[in-house]
Amino acid sequence: MLNVQTSEIENRAVKLGTTDGTKVHAKDVNVYYGDKRALFDVTVNIPDRSVTAFIGPSGCGKSTFLRCINRMNDTIPICRVTGKITIDNEDIYDPSLDVVQLRARVGMVFQKPNPFPKSIYENVAYGPRIHGLAGTKAELDHIVQTSLEKAALWKEVKDRLNDPGTGLSGGQQQRLCIARAVAVGPEVILMDEPCSALDPIATAKVEELIDELKQNFCIIIVTHSMQQAARVSQRTAFFHLGILVEEGATNDIFTNPTDKRTQDYITGRFG
Amino acid sequence: MSTTILVLIILALGVVGWVLGNWRARTSVNGKTSALHSRPGYYGAYVLLWTTLPALLLLILWSAISPTVVSSMVSSRLPETVLAGPEQTRALTMSTIGMIEKGLSRLSSEELDKTADPATDVKALLLSKGVPLAVNPEPFAVDAARFQLAVKNSSQLLLTASALGLSLFCMAFGFFQVGPKLRSRNAVESVALAGLLGCSMVAILTTLGIVLSMLFESIHFFSMVPITDFLFGTVWDPRFSAAGATNEAGGQFGLLPLLWGTLYISLVALLVAVPVGLFSAVYMSEYASSKIRLTTKPLLEILAGIPTIVYGFFALITFGPLLRDAGALAGLSISATSVLTAGLIMGVMLIPFVSSLSDDIINAVPQSLREGSYGLGATQSETIKRVILPAALPGIVGAILLAASRAIGETMIVVLAAGIAPNLTLNPFEPVTTITVKIVSQLTGDLEFNSPQTLVAFALGLTLFVFTLALNIYALYIVRKYREQYE
Repeated sequence: MLNVQTSEIENRAVKLGTTDGTKVHAKDVNVYYGDKRALFDVTVNIPDRSVTAFIGPSGCGKSTFLRCINRMNDTIPICRVTGKITIDNEDIYDPSLDVVQLRARVGMVFQKPNPFPKSIYENVAYGPRIHGLAGTKAELDHIVQTSLEKAALWKEVKDRLNDPGTGLSGGQQQRLCIARAVAVGPEVILMDEPCSALDPIATAKVEELIDELKQNFCIIIVTHSMQQAARVSQRTAFFHLGILVEEGATNDIFTNPTDKRTQDYITGRFG
Repeated sequence: MSTTILVLIILALGVVGWVLGNWRARTSVNGKTSALHSRPGYYGAYVLLWTTLPALLLLILWSAISPTVVSSMVSSRLPETVLAGPEQTRALTMSTIGMIEKGLSRLSSEELDKTADPATDVKALLLSKGVPLAVNPEPFAVDAARFQLAVKNSSQLLLTASALGLSLFCMAFGFFQVGPKLRSRNAVESVALAGLLGCSMVAILTTLGIVLSMLFESIHFFSMVPITDFLFGTVWDPRFSAAGATNEAGGQFGLLPLLWGTLYISLVALLVAVPVGLFSAVYMSEYASSKIRLTTKPLLEILAGIPTIVYGFFALITFGPLLRDAGALAGLSISATSVLTAGLIMGVMLIPFVSSLSDDIINAVPQSLREGSYGLGATQSETIKRVILPAALPGIVGAILLAASRAIGETMIVVLAAGIAPNLTLNPFEPVTTITVKIVSQLTGDLEFNSPQTLVAFALGLTLFVFTLALNIYALYIVRKYREQYE
């Protein structure tokens, strides 16, 4: 079983032209908000089909870096990004690349659940519709159903697909947003503190879901909860004051950090 | 002592009361103000209110009641012939007496004594004091005027004494209550609260008064013209006959041509204002850089500050003839005053309403929805069309309804640009007239106040009010419903 999985990853890596299974690669990424520099020379490799957690105190730049990966920072007029970020060896800041196509490949789930004021069905069908992923109503129904199933929400909402998405509970709304992102068929899913607005039970459900989704997607999650990072992620990156301090296997970071700052943060001495 | 001076004296007493209250509060705790229930200023205000409020209330009541009392005392002394005469004569006599009294009040006491002699030329005497009379007054009128003057003088004296007495008495009452235990802040604040309540009641009561007056005058009108003739009549032809005339001679008061004109022009105006306003709002809130937005938005709002009469004469002098000539070139016969002229200009007037309100509403759509849509790979235009506008739709509908109610109630543009012919026509190139235009034309000029020709204005006003009120309530309902979604 393990062998099969390993060889699958290797196959995919070969197909994508990378040898180490890297999905997202960032080199010397700097971000400026006007004159203020928010990120300093961030260089990191993020593997496919696993969960990578970004941790660090508030204002450390972890969300800023996350938003570079789908160029969401483009929507902020004063924000400027330098350096290079590639997905499957393709430069996402290449002027010839359409940001719309990029965002279809890199889905995003936000801190606060933000379902559109439409029905549950329309929320999930939104992405496939604008990208023309479904030719017929039956295909669209199928995409909606599988996406909701992947987001572990189908059983709860299958009888009320036409109810407004805003009427769901917070945890359900966040899973609806995950289903909405999954429906577009992305390769990478960015999650910006996806559980910070949820209660512990809803958080557990979303974490369970993240664990399942990693079989098919490259997941990057920003979190304030170190327990959450330890629970769901395989790799962890610690940011501090805009600098990527340390990055490595989650076990190593939490049990044997090499940097003093990382150690101080995970033992709760600051942050 | 005149009432103005009396008020000033009471206010000055109030200041004295303030100082005394403040002083007594401080000395009652030997300067340790923290031992007082309230801050010392509240004790001052407490005494000030006691000193001024009851006295001023007395003053107001006295001024409201005393004229009636005086005039009934005076009229009871009038001769039988005047009292038995018609209402108008009596009112005329009373006003003559008022004039004489005004003149008498300017005379010295010796001159006043002389007027008691019927031989004196009162007319000439008063004229020398700057009060002209039409005829030499009858002796009984001079007598009544002297009586009225005397009564008024004693009334004023009584008022002065009682107001000042009340003021001083209440000042003492408040002053001796002052002590560390007195809850003066609560008392002062409840008076302030009553003041606030009073201010808000002014607006409400004024509205109520206007509505009731329109209602009663309309009922008066409907007693002369059947309500069904008014609401469903298709001919507007009020003519100029006097009150009490039969319906045949009194003209026809069909509302429908006016209503049609109003709605037709409003429709044309909205057809201009809604697309232009909405698209400019979309540009302002979604596409414009903050620099453009900051300069363009105030400019657009200047449009809302132009008085509508200016739009009106612009329509009448420039735009109407322009439209007529352009129509002539295209082989269309367009009147200079027409549905189109008024509608288009009114549409321009409404653009800032629609755009400014819609802009606020679009901005109120949470940024998280935009990001959610962009995050799924939607373009900006897809985001606007499929997420933002649907989310903002109820609010935008509310904005449009508010603009519509403005269009229906708009007067100056249509007075000048729509024409005065009450046509029931579909042709937008012909002049029509509106409810507001007819209200203006029915109430200007010399008309008897209780003829249907004048009273119809109230019925028209009531109709207009009902229309705009319904639209406003519906718009507010929609806007409120929309607000609940994001809170």
